[in-house]
Amino acid sequence: MAELTNKPAKAQTSTWKAIWAVVWKDLAAEWRSRELFTAMVIFAALVILIFNFALDLNPKIQRDVTAGILWVTFTFAGTLGLNRSMAVEKDRGCLDGLLLAPVDRSAIYFGKVIANLIFMFAVEIVMIPLYSILYNVNLFQPGLLLVIFLGSVGYIVVGTLLSTMTVQTRTRDVLLPILLFPIVLPVIISAVRASTYFLQGQPMDLIMPNINMLIAYDVIFTALAYMVFDYIVEE
Amino acid sequence: MIEVRNLVKRFGLKTILKGLEFDAQPGEFIGLLGPNGAGKTTFLRILSSLSRPNMGLVKVAGYRLPQQAAQVRRKLGVLSHQPLLYGDLTADENLRYYGKMYSVENFAAREAEVLALVDLSKRKDDLVRTFSRGMQQRLSIARAVLHDPDILLLDEPYTGLDQDASEMLDGVLKQIAAQGRTVVMTSHDLARSAELGTRFDVLSRGKIISSASRDEIPQDGLLGFYRKALLIAAAEKNNAKEAANG
Repeated sequence: MAELTNKPAKAQTSTWKAIWAVVWKDLAAEWRSRELFTAMVIFAALVILIFNFALDLNPKIQRDVTAGILWVTFTFAGTLGLNRSMAVEKDRGCLDGLLLAPVDRSAIYFGKVIANLIFMFAVEIVMIPLYSILYNVNLFQPGLLLVIFLGSVGYIVVGTLLSTMTVQTRTRDVLLPILLFPIVLPVIISAVRASTYFLQGQPMDLIMPNINMLIAYDVIFTALAYMVFDYIVEE
Repeated sequence: MIEVRNLVKRFGLKTILKGLEFDAQPGEFIGLLGPNGAGKTTFLRILSSLSRPNMGLVKVAGYRLPQQAAQVRRKLGVLSHQPLLYGDLTADENLRYYGKMYSVENFAAREAEVLALVDLSKRKDDLVRTFSRGMQQRLSIARAVLHDPDILLLDEPYTGLDQDASEMLDGVLKQIAAQGRTVVMTSHDLARSAELGTRFDVLSRGKIISSASRDEIPQDGLLGFYRKALLIAAAEKNNAKEAANG
């Protein structure tokens, strides 16, 4: 049997390095399996298609309800992704492996948030053109893309925190949406309103309060998650 | 190296650890024995900072838990019956990930060494999900010692291993123990505990009820010592119950 002779130097792990390690690990595992991305994209595409055929809308009404359909799609696909992302950590005790690392646990949280955001954005990049074609609306507006970015951040920031809690339970698949949707309701409402106003070409006076609400939500819940994550992951 | 005083841990209304006292010195290999539900895993989870104590003093490598958890985690290697490895990553990618989290310098040399230790050098580019249970546990050993921890916590490490894999784990643990690390191992396999341990603590109903060094183990072996400890504890409990009933 080989012997351990080499004594590795022990350096402090910086928070940035730990965040990057978690992101790299999630992206590498997803690149291999493509389970999460494929499931999210197929699910989102099906939701869009079902709404498209179920609601045979005239162009005027379509422009008014399109933002709602878009956010329902992102919300449901996002829940699927959040559940799967944490389930991978729970399998084989990997969550314990993460928590045993000698780093500030907020680094683990932010690593998971960034990885989940990348998956969410990847799905949105695929869905926005598909949606634009099927519903005949131009979603490629800078303001609207900003709303999608801010809404996704708010959703993932809270969703990652709650999925860390629910992954410890037996009914995690059911529990996550039950806990998550009431808390992210302000994000969804603001994002839908801001998106609708952008699509209707409404003035910025009407849009800005909703964008401000999204920014405030993102900042407050990021700070809150940073403070409580350590307590949530410990028994 | 490890100092525990009056440790209490509750889950809801149930008290799992009831004023547990424990010490471990550098170089000791402690076999932590006890029936199912005695609190062994809970105790190791507290030592590894995965669980917070409700009361009591817990010091590991001179650092207090839970206040100095990050410093404690740097000193610890943990091996449980779960491998703590990602199935969709290769063995190399798993170790590389843990190497980043622990800031292992000169990683390539260290990785080659730990993979050689567990005889997995040739499989380092294979996905972990293609490994057998024994191979996953061997890789898990490599993961646990990658950052050269001073203390190893082993929770039922032999669970699910076949004879060959168990013997390999024996060899690795002996080598690790010979390097002066402190090891705390829970196991229901008394023969293996007897072979590896330098001291044996019996945990029952949330307390250490008996402790003996290898030299103090009586003629009838570890099994006799273990059974006797449990019988005495049961008798003491009955006496206390009778006294309470008048």
